Amino acid sequence: MKTAYWLAGVTALALAQPAAAGDTIKIGFVSTFSGPTAVIGNDMRNSFELALDHLGHKMGGKPVEVIYEDDTFKPDVGKQKTEKLILSDKVDFIAGYIWSNVLLASLKPIVDSKTIMVDANAGPSQLAGELCSPYVFSTSWQNDQTPAAMGLYMNQKGVKSVFLIGPNYAAGKDMLTGVKSTFKGEIKGEEYTVWPTQLDFSAELSKARASGAASIFVFYPGAAGVQFLNQYSQAGLKAQMPLYTAFTIDETTLPLQKDNAIGVPGAQEWVNDLPNEQNKKFVADYRKKYPGMRPSFYGAQSYDAAQLINSAVVAVKGDTSKKDEMKAAMEKADFKSVRGAFKYGNNHIPIQNFYLQDVVKDAAGQLSLKTVATIVKDDQDRFHDKCPMK
Amino acid sequence: MLLVVEQFLNGLQFGLLLFLLAAGLTLVFGIMDLVNLAHGSLYMMGAYFAATFVAWSGNFVIGVVLALGATLLLGIVLEVVALRHLYGRDHLDHVLATFGLILFFNDAVRLIWGPAGLALPLPAWLTVPVQIVPGVFYPAYRLAIIVVALAVALMLYLVVMRTRIGMLIRAGASNREMIGALGINIKLLYTLVFGLGAALAGLAGMMQAPILTVQIGMGENILILAFVIIVIGGIGSIRGAFLAAILVGMIDTLGRAFLPDLLRKVLSSAAASTAAPALSSMLIYLLMAIVLVVRPEGLFPASRR
Repeated sequence: MKTAYWLAGVTALALAQPAAAGDTIKIGFVSTFSGPTAVIGNDMRNSFELALDHLGHKMGGKPVEVIYEDDTFKPDVGKQKTEKLILSDKVDFIAGYIWSNVLLASLKPIVDSKTIMVDANAGPSQLAGELCSPYVFSTSWQNDQTPAAMGLYMNQKGVKSVFLIGPNYAAGKDMLTGVKSTFKGEIKGEEYTVWPTQLDFSAELSKARASGAASIFVFYPGAAGVQFLNQYSQAGLKAQMPLYTAFTIDETTLPLQKDNAIGVPGAQEWVNDLPNEQNKKFVADYRKKYPGMRPSFYGAQSYDAAQLINSAVVAVKGDTSKKDEMKAAMEKADFKSVRGAFKYGNNHIPIQNFYLQDVVKDAAGQLSLKTVATIVKDDQDRFHDKCPMK
Repeated sequence: MLLVVEQFLNGLQFGLLLFLLAAGLTLVFGIMDLVNLAHGSLYMMGAYFAATFVAWSGNFVIGVVLALGATLLLGIVLEVVALRHLYGRDHLDHVLATFGLILFFNDAVRLIWGPAGLALPLPAWLTVPVQIVPGVFYPAYRLAIIVVALAVALMLYLVVMRTRIGMLIRAGASNREMIGALGINIKLLYTLVFGLGAALAGLAGMMQAPILTVQIGMGENILILAFVIIVIGGIGSIRGAFLAAILVGMIDTLGRAFLPDLLRKVLSSAAASTAAPALSSMLIYLLMAIVLVVRPEGLFPASRR
């Protein structure tokens, strides 16, 4: 399936046509644009485009061209598309990546070609630790951080014991390890499900109930989160075993989860109501540009990715051959992030706050996410010591 | 012990749901000799119709009945417009044409309903857990699936074994030339069978929708399981599809339920957690491979000749 879009606009195209390579800033963007998780990819693309609108479709005075590629939710396809962007499109930057397993498969061609990469979502522990690279920057988090924040919140709530359920792939394992790293109560059980084909969680829910745990923690991104919440509420567990989540409820899934999501807490580094100016502008303009839609954290991280790339290009005045200078500029995280200011750790993973979010009905009567509290301030991932970069 | 009961119910429910999907597939494959990869698309269309009609009528049962009719109609139209021209051609042609239909349906859904998917909320009386035996609570909706699927299985059995139409269907499965030579309108029969298969797929889709989500491409993963079932059960055999579906549902669910604990006895906990889901999802394919080697015609083949 061909999903290359030249959305840089008519002006950019007209300018780019006669010009040789080097006169435009080329960015490759890999995400999922087909299948059930296309809503996430669309949100990322919408936000990235919105950031370009805000930048006037120019970085360091040069027009920007973005090539979007669909990983179809598969690591092998993601790797192929990454190689295509690097070898045949010769992009200056590469960005995107929802899934940890897709990113891990695509990492080698990126690092080998020394292409600067901005990872807008996936946060495998390997990338923060032994596989960290000077060319890779994250505008998201390391997978363990968000569930670890959730674990801290569960301690605050005095939760005695928990049953963990998650998908059997790189991120799923990180997530459950993350909760275990901070949660002080008893872990009554731990189940992994086949990813992404397993759709029915009845066996796991039955086990969770039988375990006698006081609560359940899950990580199910995208459509799986909708399915899990459906089945969790139908099993009547909502009253018996409160649910705690990471990356299971967001603006892409909420329209389908509806009332099932009310009262289910989640942890996140970005929430749509964070009170900084850049965020207000991002959320308001997103809703204006894409009527009826709301940005999710995936979008927020993609918006930041565009801004981070811009900060690098501006620092070298559009000369993208100066990679070391761009790298140094990016390490400062010198741009207005929609999550508020943050610093980079030695492994190029943000050191940032994590918030508790809850589902509420907003003024318009629509379900939306709301910041309830700050769970942890300036949190750094647990793997930065394993990263050889200093 | 109670957990075991619950897990058996889970397996039974999953198996019966698979049966609804596999029954339509095996009818079409066995009787019309048509490999229909687009069966999963009909499953998806059933779910989308149900979500639309339930939202429109405000009543779950009315919506589902309307959606069932709509899928039946869609199946008939599809047979007349597209699939009729494929009979007697090579299986590869079937695969290519029906694969094209998958792409067509996926994009049609994207155009009509948008990429985000739909929700099919249950009425309140189906969302409460029911106590079956003391200490075992089971979701009412999953019980409803078991009841509906068993009713459909019984109805299919009666139609196929006890009615004239059923006799024609069975005759068509054993020798299509002869039944045509005897003056039976085989074209009409095929249209009916395909419509019935579509309605069954649609029913599976709409039964599954409140548990899962109504999504583009939702039928593709589950269709693989349906093919596994008709291979294990014997192509064209409804009885085979029924027994194989329950077998597959049980193996899949019980594997997921008990394998991790068994593996933990021999492996380290972390290794067991990782290996168990992979291994349990392999079990049904292993079963299929064994069946193919030992009894290539399937465990319960339709009686031929």
